[in-house]
Amino acid sequence: MRLQRETRNTRDGYAAALLELGEKDERIVVLDADLAKSTQTEKFKQRFPERFVDCGVAEQNLMATAAGLAATGKIVFASTFAVFATGRAYDQVRNNIAYSNLDVKICASHGGITVGEDGSSHQALEDITLMRAVPRMKVVVPADYYETREAVKAVAYIPGPAYVRMGRPKVPVLFDEGYRFEFGKARVMRGGRDVTVIACGYMLHQALDAAEELAREGIEAEVLNLHTVKPLDREGILESVSRTGRVVSCEEHSVLGGVGGAVAELLVEELPTPMRMIGIRDSFGTSGTAEELVEHFGLDAHHIAEVVRGFLA
Amino acid sequence: MIIPMRRPEGAAAREMEEKELREYLENIAKEVRWDIVRMIGLAGSGHPGGSLSCADILVCLYFHKMNHDPGRPDWRHRDRFVLSKGHAAPALYAVLARSGYFDREELWKLRRLGSMLQGHPDRLKTPGVEISTGSLGQGLAAAVGMALGLRMEGNPAHVYALIGDGESQEGGIWEAAMLAGHQRLRNLTAILDHNGLQIDGRCCEVLDLGDIASRWRAFGWEVLEVNGHDVLEICCALDKADEFDRPGMIIAHTVKGKGVSFMENNVDFHGKAPTPEEMEKALKEIEGS
Ligand SMILES: Cc1ncc(C[n+]2csc(CCOP(=O)(O)OP(=O)(O)O)c2C)c(N)n1
Ligand SMILES: [Mg+2]
Repeated sequence: MRLQRETRNTRDGYAAALLELGEKDERIVVLDADLAKSTQTEKFKQRFPERFVDCGVAEQNLMATAAGLAATGKIVFASTFAVFATGRAYDQVRNNIAYSNLDVKICASHGGITVGEDGSSHQALEDITLMRAVPRMKVVVPADYYETREAVKAVAYIPGPAYVRMGRPKVPVLFDEGYRFEFGKARVMRGGRDVTVIACGYMLHQALDAAEELAREGIEAEVLNLHTVKPLDREGILESVSRTGRVVSCEEHSVLGGVGGAVAELLVEELPTPMRMIGIRDSFGTSGTAEELVEHFGLDAHHIAEVVRGFLA
Repeated sequence: MIIPMRRPEGAAAREMEEKELREYLENIAKEVRWDIVRMIGLAGSGHPGGSLSCADILVCLYFHKMNHDPGRPDWRHRDRFVLSKGHAAPALYAVLARSGYFDREELWKLRRLGSMLQGHPDRLKTPGVEISTGSLGQGLAAAVGMALGLRMEGNPAHVYALIGDGESQEGGIWEAAMLAGHQRLRNLTAILDHNGLQIDGRCCEVLDLGDIASRWRAFGWEVLEVNGHDVLEICCALDKADEFDRPGMIIAHTVKGKGVSFMENNVDFHGKAPTPEEMEKALKEIEGS
């Protein structure tokens, strides 16, 4: 039996951070592309209408406009769904925002398969790969309401571009009011000596549940919260893996070049280690409820536990 | 025994034909609206507003204008339809089912895991869907590509595309408009579902389209304006567009949520399914209309 946990939207954490930032800092400007209700930037719009611009259904223009605003000294938050922020506007993000190293914080909602019923066109499964590949881009995938709130406040003042990926569904609250977000530092959520399970975002609570399940069988999984996918916490990962000797990465994303890819790139050069990757295997998404899809694509805790068992056997 | 009716001739004949055509199309449109509401209601998610606003247009295309054969979705000479505003998929699914592309029972599995009817159109899963859409601002360009391809091979088929007014804020719409105008694609007709609403509110407040007819003309298109809920006006404009020597744009003035009083002009029903009670209420209203 799993504990009933409180659940909240990561997007609400984003909205809370924006209000806090906007109150303290005149330079904070927020842009959206006709999805202000979904991304929750609407709350900022209501409080600071003069520092909010709705660019309409025009994501490429959204990102290029954000670049220009940032060039006038503003700290710009640009929001839309993850698939459009990183896919449709990729070139604007790369050539306008990152190449000029501008203070644009791309905070996208609806990342991953848990978008659900809208189906493949709206499910971003390659966004982490795309953003990770852009020089100067930082990539953060927070796991709950509090981590999102604190991560957004942190990236606001880390110079240059950043990508923050949020999801659609409510997710279990794992942290609390006093949570301290350490940018670039993987957080050990649970110690263990048999295997290192690396997860972030939506997958973190699934990984923790899997570890719980495994613990009952005597398998001790160490769970790392890799909230910052880039820059990668090389020391943190190497330290854990050198003790456990086995790694399993979990991402609500394609396994091609994403979270697992980042970890594998590090290990293959520094500490070749047997590894398994959990994620979407080179395929588009599909329509269904978030819970159904999580199971369908093998992202649920039971499947993670099963992979670990098979790996250690 | 059936006694053959003496057909009236001349103007009287045309009037009668028009009356029959109107009744025929309006009846189908009513059934299509019913299907849209039920399909989204049962799915528990989806986009009723923009599906209802374009229902009459799609019915005119599939049940009057377009040359197509549901038994042969890959027939080379079929006219093509592209739903650029892919979130109105329920409207497309309803007309495809009613045309006979697939069993109507499929409609009640909309958006479910494993269903042939995805949240947004998927050409690999649904017979009759020409190209997968859902990311706004791309379908019109795909239609331009189809029109070019058909022209290259001397294929007489015509291409139709439906775009939204919020969608018209995408730069890609205007890149496609420029190419089609430059290429004088007379085998392409686009229809604008001009319901005045997008997600964040009224289009004129979010990002105004201004004098939209002049903008299309300036891009080299012939422009017509119709009441997008008057089936005869729509059919008449579609016929006229055949005669153009360049791409045609039919600006259809529509009401978002048309046919269900509490959804009409209500931005909340852009992307929200009716509750079971709301669904029953809406279905009754459509039946009684
Ligand atoms: C590229 C892209 N950006 C954003 C969205 C999300 N979205 C879906 S519908 C919509 C509003 C569309 O408004 P409109 O074209 O007027 O549609 P209608 O009123 O006919 O429903 C938006 C922003 C999308 N599907 N694709
Ligand atoms: Mg509209």
